[in-house]
Parts: sequence; C-alpha cells; structure tokens
Amino acid sequence: MITFESVTKQFPGGTTAVDELHLQVPDGEVVVLVGPSGCGKTTILRMVNRMIEPSGGRVAVNGEDVMRTSPPRLRRGIGYVIQGIGLFPHRTIAQNVATVPKLEGWDDDRIKARVDELIETVGLPDGVRDRYPHQLSGGQQQRVGVARALAADPPVMLMDEPFAAVDPIVRTRLQDEFLRLQSEVRKTIVFVTHDIDEAIKMGDRIAILSQGGHLQQYATPKELLAEPANDFVADFLGAERGLKRLALIPVSQVEAAPGPVVAPGAGIDEARRVAETHSSDWVVVVDDEGRARGWARLDELDGRGPVDGVRLRDFELTVHADDSLRTALNALVISRHGVAVRLGDGDRYEGLLTRELLSEELR
Amino acid sequence: MDWAWVGENLGRIRGYALQHLFLTAVPVAAGFVLAFPMSLAAIRWRRLYAPLLGFTGMLFTIPSIALFVLLIPVTGLGPLTAIVPLTIYTLLILIRNTVEGLDGVDPDVREAAEAMGYTRGRRLLGVELPLALPVIVAGLRIATVTTVGLVTITALIGAGGLGRLIVDGFTLFFPTSVVVGVVLSVAFAVAADLVLLAGQKALTPWRAGRA
Ligand SMILES: Nc1ncnc2c1ncn2[C@@H]1O[C@H](COP(=O)(O)OP(=O)(O)O)[C@@H](O)[C@H]1O
Ligand SMILES: [Mg+2]
Repeated sequence: MITFESVTKQFPGGTTAVDELHLQVPDGEVVVLVGPSGCGKTTILRMVNRMIEPSGGRVAVNGEDVMRTSPPRLRRGIGYVIQGIGLFPHRTIAQNVATVPKLEGWDDDRIKARVDELIETVGLPDGVRDRYPHQLSGGQQQRVGVARALAADPPVMLMDEPFAAVDPIVRTRLQDEFLRLQSEVRKTIVFVTHDIDEAIKMGDRIAILSQGGHLQQYATPKELLAEPANDFVADFLGAERGLKRLALIPVSQVEAAPGPVVAPGAGIDEARRVAETHSSDWVVVVDDEGRARGWARLDELDGRGPVDGVRLRDFELTVHADDSLRTALNALVISRHGVAVRLGDGDRYEGLLTRELLSEELR
Repeated sequence: MDWAWVGENLGRIRGYALQHLFLTAVPVAAGFVLAFPMSLAAIRWRRLYAPLLGFTGMLFTIPSIALFVLLIPVTGLGPLTAIVPLTIYTLLILIRNTVEGLDGVDPDVREAAEAMGYTRGRRLLGVELPLALPVIVAGLRIATVTTVGLVTITALIGAGGLGRLIVDGFTLFFPTSVVVGVVLSVAFAVAADLVLLAGQKALTPWRAGRA
C-alpha cells in the first residue's frame, strides 16, 4: 500500500506542483493519476521513489516513510517505467533486464534464469537477448522496459505515460498484455496518463487531478463515469461520458426480454399465439438444448407442418453476454429492426436486447 | 634525399621518435588526469564551468614559444619545460569534451539509472562514462594531434623529439633531415589518431552499424 498524507511539493521557483494531497493506493491495484499536462502527476509519482522529495507531508510505502530509506535501497524495491523508456544503449537486452538483480548482487545463474523468464513473460522473442536496444522496435523496447522494471519482483511499480510514445495499434496491444500480466502478478501500481480512455481501461481506481495537484475525485472508473463529483471531472471525462460508461458494463447486466420463443416442432397455431402475446409477427426458434436456430415470419409459415418446416432466417444481429453495452448499442444503432438476439456460451439463447431496454440503462 | 644518411642515423632518428612519443603521451595523460576531476566538478557545480573554460581558453591562446621561454627560469632546459605547457594546452579541449560528453547522455537513460537504484558513483562509471566515451575520445584525439605538432617546437628549447631533425636540418642546410623530421611527425600524428579511434571503436561495440 502507498499512502500520501497531506503531501505538498513546492519547487524552488515557487511553483506549487502538489498541494495537500491525500491518497491511498491499495495493494495489488492499479491506480491511475490522470489530469491535464502540468497538473503534477509526474511529481506525485516521483515522490514515491524519492526522485523528488516532498516539501511537506508524508509518503509511505507499506507503512514506512520513504524518507527513512536510502534512495538506492528504496528504488530497488520499486519498478519504474517511463515514456522515454531509457534503456541503456550500451548494454544488451539481457543486461538491461538484469540491471537491478545485478545491483542487488544476485549470482549469475539466478540472474540468467530470471532474465529468460521475463523475456518470455513480456512476450519478446528469445533472439533479442543479445541484441542492443537500438536494434529493437519501439514496442519491443517498451516491453524490455517493463521486463527491466519487474526484474527483482518489486511489490510496487511506477509507470509514467509508459505507452504514450508508441503508435495506437501497438499501444492497445501493450495495454492488453499489461492487464493480462497484472492479473497474474498483482503489483501495487501507480500509473500516470493524460489520456482518460487509457485511465478508464487500465485503472482499478482513477485519481483525477487539476492544476496544482488538486485531487478532484478518486473513484473506480464506473463510479466516476456514473457520478462525476464536479464540473471539472465531468468536463475531463468528456462529452461521451455515457458511452464510456456503457463500455464498462457487460450485456449480461441488462435484463433481456424473453421474446416470442417456440420449439422447432411447434405448429402454426402455437406460433401465432406466442407471437401475439409479444405483439410481434415473428418467432424465434430455440431447440431442446437451448440453442437459437433462427427466426420465422408468421406470414411465411405454410399452415400445416411445424415451424422448422420452412427455411428459418438467420439473425440479423446477435450480441454475446460478455460484450459491452457500448458494443451492443453500436450494433443496434446500425441495425434495421432495433433488436438483437442475446447469446450466451455455446450460442444458447438468452433473450432479446432492444434499443428501449438499453435506453432504460442509459438514463 | 640522402638515403645513406638515413640508414646511418637510424638509431638517432629512433631516439628522437621515442622522445616525441614520450613528450606527447605524458602531457595528454597528465592533462586528462587533471581535466577529468575538473570536468566532474564543473558538472556538479555548474557555475564553475564558464570560468573554467574561460581560464583554460585564455591559457590556450598564449603562444607556445612564449610559455616555454617563461618557464625556462623555473624548470630549466629540458623535458619538464616542455611537458608543463603542453599539459596546460590540452586542458581546454579535454574539459570541454568531457563535460559535453557527460551532458550529452540521454536524460531518460540517466533518469532510468537513477530510478533503478544506482548510486551516483556507479552510475557515473557504469552508465554515463561509457555513453560519453565517443565524445571524450574525440577530445583526446584533438588534444593528441595538437600536442604532436607542438612537440616539434620543443626542440628549440632543447627538449628533444623529432623537431630536432628539423632544427638541425635548417642549421646545417641539410634538407634530408628536415624532410625526415616533418614526414615522421605527420605520420606519428596520423597513427596516434587512428590508434585512439580504434580503441574507441573497440570499447563501444554497441555503436556498430550506427552513424
Ligand atoms: N524540477 C522542477 N522545477 C520547477 N518546477 C517544476 C519541476 N518539475 C515540475 N515542475 C512544475 O510543476 C508542475 C507539475 O509538473 P509535472 O508533475 O511534471 O506535471 P505533469 O506530469 O502532470 O504534466 C508544472 O507546473 C511544472 O512546470
Ligand atoms: Mg508528466
């Protein structure tokens, strides 16, 4: 756990970069500091490993005031990843990754085993071991940066706009991989970004800051989007706040309408009766295993045989229970009928999702 | 060209060449030993840098002959009278290149090293110096080539070196000696430069294939 208690930072020039900050970063969580450029994010981050020392208040890691540990000792227990990466150009990838273990005096076999493990963990090809940093792509270098920060298995990681310098496609991939990695290693992470979408994606909690290091709101992404504390936060979250919130909610959270459902063997009379109770002129056909087989229009049924005697139509639109409401809404907006069939695992029919049901959730 | 003379005087020529090597190597080495801590101080206390450059720059502009003559009463005729001024001349270039080399280290690399938990000394030795090496060696090369040239003049104050061949050649109206002296000092300058460059390349393998 990282705690900031009334932390203030004034630079010699007179700038107050951080003012009376109170913040707790719980163990194993990613806390994202987000806010406009110059609002003090980097300053807050760097007070954790004493790259900057507070002018007032207390910063503690696991209850221990950081000012009571010597900087080199403190820093070797805290991973650090920055936008510029800062790999050592004169050292190979393996040597770069080995930096902290080497400083800590691990023996060679242990270092080698750890480096091999990390190169694999961050998804680098084994061939990069003995290359120099300039021979790697930007995305690969950033992976090396993450591997180097993780090398001595520090419980705490500080990341300052780590993915800002790579192109959007690589960034998305690095973010996804990082989240997968974090779900395994469960580090306590302070993550800085100026990009609210990245904050929403990466953060278990988000601290929104304004100029002078003023904490405007500290909450989970969902809470933040549902109830911004003030106009500053609402402005910062942007005009598409509602949509961003939908992106965090899975389709399974909204109750689906049961819909006009019949078994494959049902006759025309039953189909008519079911359709009527749902005021529709069509039915969904679901088999014994609960799988959705297709749908049929009443006026296309020929009156004598079972409903699956006619050729069933394919669904125009299906959504999966794990999709986000935002994905579902997007699909519904484009679709002609404004109805999507909701499927669970193994294509099991779970009901119908309509624009009306979604608008309910949006309000 | 009197090749017979060259053959007869090989031993003497070799002696002058060794003196020349000595009179170049000692001032450059001494200059570096002095310049290095001064450079570190200039980085630590930025305010020192401008006056330091100003002062060593001023020393650099004193004509060498004048400095040699000024020193004769103090150090007499001999190698020391040559070595002291030659050392002083190297300072400007060596300090400037050492400071600029260390200043030129990518700030992200410096920040990363600091954040990984390097102590100041280990960071200097393990990260900053290796990265500044090309610029520092560039300074050493200029200082060395300059010194090789200046050493030819020290013959005038009796300190020896290949300059003796030139001075003797002029006094005795014997062109062969002058030509041998000039050719050898030029060859020596070029060779010293190439050796230093090769040394730098060997110490910075990571720069292979880069501009
Ligand atoms: N070393 C410094 N000396 C003086 N002012 C600084 C220094 N570092 C940052 N600042 C100032 O402190 C404020 C916060 O900076 P920073 O923490 O880098 O912001 P952010 O990372 O949110 O962009 C800015 O006004 C910046 O100019
Ligand atoms: Mg910043």
